[in-house]
Amino acid sequence: MATTLKINGQAHQVDLPGDVPLLWVLRDEVGLTGTKFGCGVAACGACTVHIDGEAVRSCQVALSDVWGDVTTIEGLGTPDAMATIQQAWVDHQVAQCGYCQSGQIMQAAALLTENPAPSDADIDDAMQGNLCRCGTYPRIRAAIHDAAAKLKEV
Amino acid sequence: MASIGKILRRTFLIGSAAIVGGVAFGAYYVSRPAANPLKPGKGETALSPFVLIDQQGVTLFAPRAEMGQGVMTTWATLIAEELDVELDQIRVLHGPAAAAYYNSALVGEGLPNKGYDISDFQHNLGEALGVLGRTLSLQVTGGSTSMKDGFERMRMAGATARETLKQAAADRLGVDRHQLQTENGAVVAPDGTRIPYTELAEAAGQIEPPEAKLRDPSEWRLLGQPQPRVDIPGKSTGTATFGIDVRPEGLKFASVRMNPRLGGQMNGFDASTAEAMPGVEKIVDLGTGVAVIASNTWLAIQAVEAIDVDWGEAPYPPDTDGLFNQIAKAFDDAPNSTMRDDGDVDVLPEGATEITAEYSAPYLAHATMEPMNATALFTGTKLDLWCGNQAPTLIQMRVANVANLDTEAVEIHTPYLGGGFGRRGELDFSEIATKVAMALPGTPVQTTWSREEDMRHDFFRPGAMARMRGAVKDGKAVLIDGKVASQSPTQQAVERYTGFPGGGPDKVLVEGFFNQPYAVPNYRMSGHIADLTVPVGFWRSVGNSHNGFFHETFMDELAHAAGRDPLDFRLELTSSEHAPSAGCLQAVKEMSGWTGKTPAGVGRGVALTYSFGTPVAQVIEVVDEDGTIRISKAWIACDVGLALDPATVEAQMIGGMIYGLSAAAQGEITFADGEVEQYNFPDYDALRMHNTPVTEVRVLETNKHLGGVGEPGTPPSMPALGNALFDLTGERARALPLNKQFDLLV
Repeated sequence: MATTLKINGQAHQVDLPGDVPLLWVLRDEVGLTGTKFGCGVAACGACTVHIDGEAVRSCQVALSDVWGDVTTIEGLGTPDAMATIQQAWVDHQVAQCGYCQSGQIMQAAALLTENPAPSDADIDDAMQGNLCRCGTYPRIRAAIHDAAAKLKEV
Repeated sequence: MASIGKILRRTFLIGSAAIVGGVAFGAYYVSRPAANPLKPGKGETALSPFVLIDQQGVTLFAPRAEMGQGVMTTWATLIAEELDVELDQIRVLHGPAAAAYYNSALVGEGLPNKGYDISDFQHNLGEALGVLGRTLSLQVTGGSTSMKDGFERMRMAGATARETLKQAAADRLGVDRHQLQTENGAVVAPDGTRIPYTELAEAAGQIEPPEAKLRDPSEWRLLGQPQPRVDIPGKSTGTATFGIDVRPEGLKFASVRMNPRLGGQMNGFDASTAEAMPGVEKIVDLGTGVAVIASNTWLAIQAVEAIDVDWGEAPYPPDTDGLFNQIAKAFDDAPNSTMRDDGDVDVLPEGATEITAEYSAPYLAHATMEPMNATALFTGTKLDLWCGNQAPTLIQMRVANVANLDTEAVEIHTPYLGGGFGRRGELDFSEIATKVAMALPGTPVQTTWSREEDMRHDFFRPGAMARMRGAVKDGKAVLIDGKVASQSPTQQAVERYTGFPGGGPDKVLVEGFFNQPYAVPNYRMSGHIADLTVPVGFWRSVGNSHNGFFHETFMDELAHAAGRDPLDFRLELTSSEHAPSAGCLQAVKEMSGWTGKTPAGVGRGVALTYSFGTPVAQVIEVVDEDGTIRISKAWIACDVGLALDPATVEAQMIGGMIYGLSAAAQGEITFADGEVEQYNFPDYDALRMHNTPVTEVRVLETNKHLGGVGEPGTPPSMPALGNALFDLTGERARALPLNKQFDLLV
């Protein structure tokens, strides 16, 4: 049964069973591999995308339950036109292996939409679902504060 | 830094070769069986160079795997420094599998010396033994060796390319080469005329490279300064390609299940349910496991989990207690090694106070963020394999064997690694993915492990135990007699890599144990190998990861028995033995404002370990918050000899520490019924944003030798945390993980 999804502003026809998680629709069907598979049980945050601006774990959202427009890391910005949060990630040289960073950035972007000036405690609350085995947390925190400051200027 | 600069120079030459429209430069080894990688003889395969220049631009190759440690950028910087190019104007590529890229530094680490006391003679011998790396074709990224290995060769490749381009310009302009300068990708004549390298590349390919001299470090523009990492824009925009992201045309998706009783047989299976599930294209019998090829990874995972398999028994004691009983039995056997035996530990010095303690550390998983995976395309005569890996040449040989092809018919592609930590030096994922793809010739198949399958089929950091006896007198340690027992990852890995059992004294098992930089007159450290077949492997910092905990917790117990401040106690014992180690202790003392006293509700612990050529001292602070203990602050000082990129050193020190603290706080792999009991991150978690300490790092550069940075941050973290908890609670931590004994914030 074909389902139509709006992803990064574009409509996609997807012919997969309705219980396939959005994560695997994005990666294996649509070819958007920036969203990562880490655990499959919503315990690591690597698969975080936005649905209507809200950060969700795409490994837990079945294709048939997608309730709105999907934004992935590729839709947030590109290497030539990065979003402010992505540029902050580059400025602070956050990534090590980089595998979790798409999810970290999508989670942080949703945090800043909801709370333009998060405290350290706010960052702890919002980001603790996102695991990073390289231990980049101190630079993630710095990048979020920096992006918040830059977004305030504009 | 005295000896850096003279190592290796005698042992390799930089060669060049003309390529279409340009020139290539690379290193090859004098008087050794490997051919000039750039000028292959008849029937030989051309190997890959380090520098390529043609009309399109300059390309640098980094033949080490980028797994987050910044090697791609720093390796390219070594070349760019001498070649006078800017990193943002060139391409940096990860080189393909090539025997010429063998890792001389990794094999040099195998020498039976302590490392910190290495003489120049031994150092040269170590480099000479690097030739052994080549007999196994070890293009390995591991052992924190990349910079030691590439430091000389890459700069020389850049310098030789520079001088050759200058000669080409000199010939064109009719001037002497020494009158010319280079700057930002161009040769500059005395009158200011600039000739871009791209215009000189073709002529340079026709010139025998002149001898080049390396620049003095005082002239460096890039090395020693933080460089923007070339991989970070891609990793911040979802455009960097990891192994799991490769999408060759027509790709199918598979998932695998192997016996959860590791190494056990598969007695049979019933796949009738799986065969009828959506998207399923093929069930693959792997002999010791099953795989399903489908149109989508998730559908493949669902189907492979629906196969009813009759698994055989585990070839080891089925539960954790049984395994540790077997590990303890190893103490009864003669030691595999006694690499330190100073003075006489059998005689207790008169008037000394003796203490003993027993410690244990659990099995651990690597738990890389990117689950194991590999993608293979088998055509019958050729095999292409894509996977994040730390050992492409070993993989090439193994999968060639699996597919019954010559190694030349196998191409290994190494995209970014979503974490390595030692796990991606193994061959299992490549071998299994090759077998799966061979079931569908002509179609590329990506085999992905579920997180559960990844967690439960690791090559684990072995469980380990230590029995320590020591004595103090007049405020000093006068005797340490230690025994460590665990399985040997080295012996197992040698067997996995070569098919022959490894043997001999295992230095890796006792590293961080026998070679710590303390002046103790009676000092004997032995390693005992436990006879078990649980798959074990190299986990970030390897033997140091448990030995650091054993040695440095015991050092704290000795200080306590001596009635001394634990930091001053260590400072005194290191200052005469190894000044860089004492320097690290002094640095964390200053940084943390260490007074030896902490207010109620706060505890502090210190530890020092010397590993991979780098001493690292850490102070960890813990705070009691209404009964829950938070790891609040950390101070790290390391002495790497030369910080080629200080920002990368800092990132690796913090990351290494967090990896160690994660394990110390809550990491544990346990067994029941022969199976690993942990399935996914909820059972095997790590530090996260809210419980990571605020950390400060100081990078020192007094060490004589270039030390590693990827691993040395891990070993001191575990004892420093345990020692801090002792300071806070008065309870000594002798077994990991610590959340079994203390109420830590998780």
